[in-house]
Amino acid sequence: VFKRFVEIGRVAFISFGPHAGKLVAIVDVIDQNRALVDGPCSGVRRQAMPFKCMQLTDFVLKFPHSARQKCVRRAWEKENINEKWAATRWAKKIEAREKKAKMTDFDRYKVMKAKKMRNRIIKHEMKKLQKMASKKGKKPEKSEKATKLEKAPKSEKAQKSEKAPKSEKAQKAQK
Amino acid sequence: MCRAQIRQASSAAICPGVAALDSWAWFRTFREAMAGEKKTMEKAPAKKKPAEKKPGEQKASQKGAGEKKKGKKYHCSRNPTLARGIGRYSRSAMYVRKALYKRKYTAPETKIEKKKKEKPRATITKPVGGDKNGGSRVVKIRKMPRYYPTEDVPRKLLSHGKKPFCQHKRRLRASITPGTVLILLTGRHRGKRVVFLKQLATGLLLVTGPLVINRVPLRRAHQKFVIATSTKVDISGVKIPKHLTDAYFKKKRLRKPKHQEGEIFDTEKEKYELTEQRKADQKTVDSQVLAQIKKVPQLRGYLRSTFSLSNGVYPHKLVF
Repeated sequence: VFKRFVEIGRVAFISFGPHAGKLVAIVDVIDQNRALVDGPCSGVRRQAMPFKCMQLTDFVLKFPHSARQKCVRRAWEKENINEKWAATRWAKKIEAREKKAKMTDFDRYKVMKAKKMRNRIIKHEMKKLQKMASKKGKKPEKSEKATKLEKAPKSEKAQKSEKAPKSEKAQKAQK
Repeated sequence: MCRAQIRQASSAAICPGVAALDSWAWFRTFREAMAGEKKTMEKAPAKKKPAEKKPGEQKASQKGAGEKKKGKKYHCSRNPTLARGIGRYSRSAMYVRKALYKRKYTAPETKIEKKKKEKPRATITKPVGGDKNGGSRVVKIRKMPRYYPTEDVPRKLLSHGKKPFCQHKRRLRASITPGTVLILLTGRHRGKRVVFLKQLATGLLLVTGPLVINRVPLRRAHQKFVIATSTKVDISGVKIPKHLTDAYFKKKRLRKPKHQEGEIFDTEKEKYELTEQRKADQKTVDSQVLAQIKKVPQLRGYLRSTFSLSNGVYPHKLVF
């Protein structure tokens, strides 16, 4: 049922508080509510932190309990946590949310236009498929056309895309 | 101590022979003495003067050291002080001492010979209509007041810092710079996105659609009823004609109430008429602005669209 556990070396994401948004490694457990935590590569000093503001990630580092910061840093850099974290969907979602909040009025307009165009293309392909399906009524053809459909809007998307708003839109679509 | 007493005391010093005399007699004898023994007399008062000059010098004299006219040397005070506010000689004595009987000045008579001094016109003749009326009347230009108030209006206290509107300080939000895209919130163009050109003298913002994009002409907008977006168009090269001022944009009101009843509201100009000058100005400004807008992709479509709120959209959370 539970897959992520509080253990020495577990990398956690801080959700609120002064260090909100940063990653830390659990160095030691103090008591039921607090842990000694250290984030040498994310700018968090070694300190006690309540479990409540931590959210566990999938990453675990190898170092002995109460190891000093140098060891934690070494383990962190060996595992390349920063890059692994940036590659996770979790981090990407966070980034997309931030980008969306920073959208200006002009960006919102551009996204709206891009979405509209994309939906139009999709609808167009769907209509084509439906027409073909209604005409022929054969299963194997339908599945072929389905795969073709997924490729077509993505290519159109690549043509139409602009940097930030488009990536935001992609994030939204993936969500 | 009155001047007479002082004078008696001092006259004893000057003219030992002349004992207590009344002022006129003294004056006469003094004058004769002055006429006859001018030189000796000059010496004696001259001697006396340096002694009494000091108090005289200290006191500010009417004529003398104080005079600042260039060239002319002025005599010091011929009326030495005996005590503060009390001079040695009377008015009539001073008249003689200053030889005012010799000095008679009149202003040079320039052009007075023929031309009299120009007096402002007091009356004017005006033509009067109707027959049997004599044709004209002589009317006063400056008439006597027709009303005198029974009470004087009390003097108002000095007020400070109450300036008329034309002298008010105009402010402009830092987010609004020339070329910013603004969203109009009120008026018939509400929701439209529009390009800001400049701030006018009254503080209102000069704004244009451009006309071909969203049907907003060169127009004034109020700063408070506008959202400034962070989208900017590069307007640095655009030249805005100088005659686009507040007076140009001000609404014209026709005011000639000749009729007393009825038809008052009809004669007023309700309909706005588009003049050729407006069209020409619009064209000159818009052509320059459009050239800049075309450089930014999708900006034209953006300006064509209108702004609106929908479910889940909160203005305080939006970044403009």
